[in-house]
Amino acid sequence: MYKNQEVLDYTAGAKDLPIDAHHWPENGEHVIPDWVYTSQSVHDREIERIFKGNTWNFVALEAEIPNPGDYKRSYVGPIPVIVSRAEDGSIHVFENRCAHRGAEFLRTAQGNTNEFVCPYHQWSYDLKGNLQGIPFKRGVAKQGGMPKDFRNDEHGLLKLHVTTRNGVVFASFSADVEPLETYLTPEILKDFDVVFPGKPLKILGYYKNEMPCNWKMYHENLKDPYHATLLHSFLVVFGLLVAGNDSAMIADPVHYRHGTMASAKKEDKYAEIGADTKKEMRSFHDGMRLHDDSFLEFVKEFDSPWSVTMQTIWPNLIIQRELNTLGVRQIVPNGPNSMLMVWTMFGYEDDTPEMTRHRLRQGNLMGPAGFLGLEDNEAMKFVQEGVRRSTSELNVVKLDAGNTGTSNTLISEAAIRGMYQYYRQVMDL
Amino acid sequence: MSQLNLASHEALRISPRQAMALRPLVEQFNIEYCATLDSGDIENWPTYFTDDCIYRITARENAHLNMPVGLVYADNKAMLHDRAVAIARTQMFAPRTMLHILSNTRIIDARNEEIIASCNFLLLQTLVEGPSTVHLAGTYYDRFEHKGEQELLLKERQVVYESSVIANDLVYPV
Repeated sequence: MYKNQEVLDYTAGAKDLPIDAHHWPENGEHVIPDWVYTSQSVHDREIERIFKGNTWNFVALEAEIPNPGDYKRSYVGPIPVIVSRAEDGSIHVFENRCAHRGAEFLRTAQGNTNEFVCPYHQWSYDLKGNLQGIPFKRGVAKQGGMPKDFRNDEHGLLKLHVTTRNGVVFASFSADVEPLETYLTPEILKDFDVVFPGKPLKILGYYKNEMPCNWKMYHENLKDPYHATLLHSFLVVFGLLVAGNDSAMIADPVHYRHGTMASAKKEDKYAEIGADTKKEMRSFHDGMRLHDDSFLEFVKEFDSPWSVTMQTIWPNLIIQRELNTLGVRQIVPNGPNSMLMVWTMFGYEDDTPEMTRHRLRQGNLMGPAGFLGLEDNEAMKFVQEGVRRSTSELNVVKLDAGNTGTSNTLISEAAIRGMYQYYRQVMDL
Repeated sequence: MSQLNLASHEALRISPRQAMALRPLVEQFNIEYCATLDSGDIENWPTYFTDDCIYRITARENAHLNMPVGLVYADNKAMLHDRAVAIARTQMFAPRTMLHILSNTRIIDARNEEIIASCNFLLLQTLVEGPSTVHLAGTYYDRFEHKGEQELLLKERQVVYESSVIANDLVYPV
């Protein structure tokens, strides 16, 4: 269901071939071929090498499962998992697939339990995913049942490796992935720890939406400072981000896979925009004022030079700090042409009621109906449809050519080129 | 913002006959409210609300968990005005038309110049060259200001939609 819901719904054949038939153009550092977004064979390799590879994947906030027995449904890539807090307080992540006949047995989004039971044949698992009990294991009246050598510990749920930092839970299929601090790099960790300083979070609620676009486009959108002042007229008029504000697009220096798009709000609520800059920005509307602009105030609660940091943590996490509205966004890929985004909005347990109200009101900026959020979703749908249906084949990313990774200007595509440099290595493309 | 008590059935606090007598008033209001939105006249949408109104759009998942977020979250009419202007004049989105189908109006209580009501909705969306799709389905939970012969005004409307996963985005108020 969903996806682009258009009547014309097809991908041009040349953009959906077996993977060995897809070739990145020679000297192709400044292009991205469309098939990266449209090919099922490429997508399949991404699941194996990225989501099931040496990566840490966001699955939950500890504040969602605070007590022993608490659980929630989640995903690593497209793979359904369960995140569970055991009696001893430890957190476990395992596949949501019964070891018996494969049922995705946990259907409730979140809750509390003392065991997991698959309803089909009542196989029961403990909170760590170990098989506990099988009905009629020894048969009935000395007939049937499991063979004598059946061992429960060979038939538990597939367990993932788990790590947590300051209330954020990550999982990996790989035993070889480096520790989280190394994985994130100090440059990215710095801003991660501003949002997650270690104090308890308070969950404010969820948004979930399906976007008919390739999952990598979402990373690119937040590694694309160029679009910010052009697409989002709201940002420009109200001075939240103007080309010329202090800003940076920080790419992790090791692989360029993670990023932080950062900016510092000027003191004045309303932007002073020079005539030259006005000319460059089609969506500028002079003289527009809000009737209640209090929701745009920035309460300086963080020890950071930035008022906004939007982080992309490879491969499935976005960390949103937009003034005082905070959230995590989890990417769930759904084939090459679709992805889910699961938003968890939060504050801190020590927020005053006024601060919570401010966060909720400021949340209007973001999310699938957000003053900013809406336009990105629209643009990405346009791009996915364009690359699927057209005969032209290449995306052009030449801005700030000669630079790869971090840039100090908004008018750059260096972070996007950095991401694909890494991607091509991992994917052998 | 009212706590929505969704865990169990909310019984009428007035008699069915009293509910029937007031239903046309609320239905008439909703007919005009939806006509304004469906025609694209977004900047007149705030006129249906009191100055100190509350308007929230959220998934039933959040309402069940007593979580306060909204896709749209406004706690005064000025915020509704700002959203209407931003949508009508500045935001970029593919053109579309919306169509509300309403049903099952319940008048739950009426006292102290207030009517508490709920009503189910289907919101259909049509993009250019696109089919008409069920974009959202859910329930309005309303508190109306009912002062004598004056037109009803919304003190609070919480739009609770059933599916936790929506298709791409929500452009217009519901």
